[in-house]
Amino acid sequence: MLEACGVESPEDLFAHLPEAVRLKRPLQLPPGISEYEIVDYFRRRGDENANGYATFLGAGVYAHYRPVLVDTVVSRGEFLTSYTPYQAEISQGTLTTIFEFQTMICQLTGMDVANASMYDGSTALAEAALMAARLTGKGGLLVARSVHPEYQEVLQTYAKNQGMPITEFDYDAGTGAADLDDLERKLNDLTAAVIVQSPNFFGVVEDVKRAAAIAHRRGALLVMGFAEAVSLGILEPPAADIVAGELQSFAISPSYGGPYAGIIATREKFARQMPGRLVGETTDTRGNRAFCLTMATREQHIRREKATSNICTNQALIALMATVFMTVYGKQGLRELAEQNLAKAHYLAGKLKLRFSGPFFNEFVVSTAQPEAINAELLNRKIIGGLPLGRFYPELSDAMLLCATEMSRRDDMDNVGQALSLRGTLSPAPRSA
Amino acid sequence: MYPEEYRYTKEHEWVHVEGDTGTIGITDHAQHELGDIVYVDFKYGRETLKAGQRVDQGKTIGSVESVKAVSDIYSPVSGDVVEVNGALAEAPEKLNADPHGEAWLVKIRLTDPGELANLLSAADYQTYIGAEK
Amino acid sequence: MPIKKVRSHISPNEALLFERSSPGKKAYQLPDLDVPAVDPRATLGAENVRAEIEGFPEVSEVEAIRHFTRLSTWNYAIDHGMYPLGSCTMKYNPRVNELVARTEGLAWAHPYQPESLSQGALEVMAQLESALLEITGMDAVTLQPAAGAHGELTGILLIRALLEQEGNPRRKILIPDSAHGTNPATAAIAGYVVENIRSDERGLLDLAALEQSVTEDVAGLMITNPNTLGVFESRIIAAAEVLHRKGALLYMDGANMNALVGIARPGDFGVDVMHLNLHKTFSTPHGGGGPGGGPVAVKKHLEPFLPVPRLKRANDAWAFDYDRPLSIGKVKAFYGNFGVLVRALAYIMAHGGNGLRAATMDAVLNANYIRKKLEPFFDLPYTLPNMHEVVFSDERQARLGVRTGDIAKRLIDYGFHPYTVSFPLIVHGAMMIEPTETEGKLELDLFIDAMISIAKEIETEPETVKTAPHATRTSRVDEVKAARKPVLKWAPARA
Repeated sequence: MLEACGVESPEDLFAHLPEAVRLKRPLQLPPGISEYEIVDYFRRRGDENANGYATFLGAGVYAHYRPVLVDTVVSRGEFLTSYTPYQAEISQGTLTTIFEFQTMICQLTGMDVANASMYDGSTALAEAALMAARLTGKGGLLVARSVHPEYQEVLQTYAKNQGMPITEFDYDAGTGAADLDDLERKLNDLTAAVIVQSPNFFGVVEDVKRAAAIAHRRGALLVMGFAEAVSLGILEPPAADIVAGELQSFAISPSYGGPYAGIIATREKFARQMPGRLVGETTDTRGNRAFCLTMATREQHIRREKATSNICTNQALIALMATVFMTVYGKQGLRELAEQNLAKAHYLAGKLKLRFSGPFFNEFVVSTAQPEAINAELLNRKIIGGLPLGRFYPELSDAMLLCATEMSRRDDMDNVGQALSLRGTLSPAPRSA
Repeated sequence: MYPEEYRYTKEHEWVHVEGDTGTIGITDHAQHELGDIVYVDFKYGRETLKAGQRVDQGKTIGSVESVKAVSDIYSPVSGDVVEVNGALAEAPEKLNADPHGEAWLVKIRLTDPGELANLLSAADYQTYIGAEK
Repeated sequence: MPIKKVRSHISPNEALLFERSSPGKKAYQLPDLDVPAVDPRATLGAENVRAEIEGFPEVSEVEAIRHFTRLSTWNYAIDHGMYPLGSCTMKYNPRVNELVARTEGLAWAHPYQPESLSQGALEVMAQLESALLEITGMDAVTLQPAAGAHGELTGILLIRALLEQEGNPRRKILIPDSAHGTNPATAAIAGYVVENIRSDERGLLDLAALEQSVTEDVAGLMITNPNTLGVFESRIIAAAEVLHRKGALLYMDGANMNALVGIARPGDFGVDVMHLNLHKTFSTPHGGGGPGGGPVAVKKHLEPFLPVPRLKRANDAWAFDYDRPLSIGKVKAFYGNFGVLVRALAYIMAHGGNGLRAATMDAVLNANYIRKKLEPFFDLPYTLPNMHEVVFSDERQARLGVRTGDIAKRLIDYGFHPYTVSFPLIVHGAMMIEPTETEGKLELDLFIDAMISIAKEIETEPETVKTAPHATRTSRVDEVKAARKPVLKWAPARA
């Protein structure tokens, strides 16, 4: 091969590089190690992380059982090591699964069109806001304080550079839901989008319908985010214009924060302003049904600086995990899964002093004077407790966000109830389960 | 191929003036370069283009899309929109079939006929696209 | 008798999930509740409870596994053969990466669990940060961006933050006409106006044009190096100086790092900020389109603005530092695509410093081998030495009526995925080829023979090429129909 290239050694192929740019020493990295050593390295790192703890953390990342079939499917080399399906003729596997994915997301959210994934829920929400701005021609954003705080931070980063002012509207200190009267006061004709999350960061189900009505009265769109996808199995599809969500609950490992998969779904009339890839149905020259990427003229590789987004690589394999999950659970299973989550969370909540009175799915906030101390105690029982809220909401420093899923065991929940009761946070009257 | 009575722009639009109304479209060269047309979008700024809209010469009045490309449409003249060709929403392929006739894009009542003097004649346009190759 | 049963590899009649769905079929198992059930309508409020999920599939476990297995056989993948896609760096995805990413303590780690119980994850991130700094020659790195484009946005926002602190964020970003589409799209989202810079007749950044264009209104230049022709920008140090003299910054798109690892470091040739594509250079799998990882590495002067939190060492342990008043904020919730970071670190550990350099050498050798072998048959518009990829033009074949897209489709019949078609735009009918170090001589020769055979077919039987592919289960797909009347989800057929 060297001969074919007309050189004596591989080094000669780099001879044309200017002296000044050449690295004149070897890379200072440890030498390469064997497969066993790599596996062992990460096993030891895994051991340095929590192992075998029960967890009551939610807050945007949920512990749900991952059906075995999910990894079986995504580990197939044909899915794992394939490229973006630009060449439709040899990517029908990927394209078909994405088409099914788009369909199922529409069925779950009640929307007309869904894209093939965004990076995660936080960036999906930010992109949905930009989309609303393009659609309305306006720039203001009204965001509920009950939206996930890190989602709000990402929204800030994106919106700031588009010159889009963000105004917060508060949550009701009694119900824990977004304060829609506050929304109405702050809304104006320059608002492009009203942004809520449901269930919200506190786990409370929002009155999306009313929020949408308020938004529409002033010519703004209603953008609804969600972080707990299992809630779609039981909650009424949102009365939103754009839905931006996180699918981590659908068999995506918590994996210390990523990779996850976000989606954007919307009404048909807004489809052309949607970011992200879209798969469409068509035929091949023999008349067989086939699928291909379509409406690519929205995207960066064609529209360049006028693109609806700069997104190129998305979360295709992660979306496939969600597709397999949705297939395994199916119509009945997703409902039953959601009902189990509801039951577990309400069992736990029944022992505790709830901070908010609003309806909740599998997460809720409890009042407790010393959330950190309680968590320290729970760790001794090999339980990771809820999220102390003081880090995001100073007025809630005496509160903790707890989540129970179908994986939460009764005795662990009893333990949590006990730990919190020792600190005087038992509910005043026994609740009927 | 390129009607003598039309005027042309370097961005491959044509305008056919009758009385005080100008009918606007894209040229055969443009549709050929784009390939199979899949979508036509009529927009002025962020608004959908419709009758009554005042447009300025050189401003974008929409875009034409094929599978792999998008081209903006620039108005060759200033004036008030009289009509937008609704047939193209259902059948964008007409732009490939008859770009100079049935697949006109917009009709505009001219506010400044003097602008026509800046546009190319059929002969000049053909020379221009011949040179572009 | 018509054969109705699906046979893999042959018939494209695999029904969609919704079409083989039937009420009562199930593939899931849930344990019995160990707590009392609750009435959803009572707990949530009747108006909040949905009716059934209409149209949602119900299939059995065996139907599910067969469905996805059959579908998978319709895909081409690296596990089948080479992808000569330029600037995609489709190298082998090591399976050990998949195994380690599923290590239980890492895969089940919740981002908000106590730091004391996350030292393993934090150590992984710290190790990767350290390795990437050594590879790039930069001073600090963030692992938060989820993909290359996301990293680009982060990088441009960092530039904006620095300039804002100096009093003027400026208005323009310069981008070469050979750039990947994400570059101008990113600049626009970051609130900048894009100004194109032409390449010179050799395909390099036109330094004179750059000198003219860099004013006090220019925030920076986004450059890919080697560029999208696979050619090293030999005057990059001079270009950096032109920018720095006017207070502008140099952003490098790291998509082509596979040509530089162990050979040259962007930090040494004037780059202020750059992103890396973990799913390209660092072997993490493409998975049909993602996930990726787009870490951003910076020089010291940009470090204060990096996304929050940063990793820090405190009391002999790793911790997150949120006290970063100048930070641009977050570009994504939590800390980054951690699962992808694990895979990238495993790759780096497997190779070590010498192995990474050797991989670069092989990648460049492979591309040059292809160039030499195909030069007699295809036009090479830019003739400077190329590194890890080479870009031909279809000029010669276009005269016979066959274009790069046709040749690409015919390549499929020979068992390969096409190269990158019609990009970069500065090459007429571009054919962009990047083999990566993964490919041995056998596979390369098969590819070369295929391309030469196609070149000959174009002369003797062009129609075969123009109507390709012929040997695939799905023949050429009607993308025009898909775009004219988009059907973006399944709907039950009307009775």
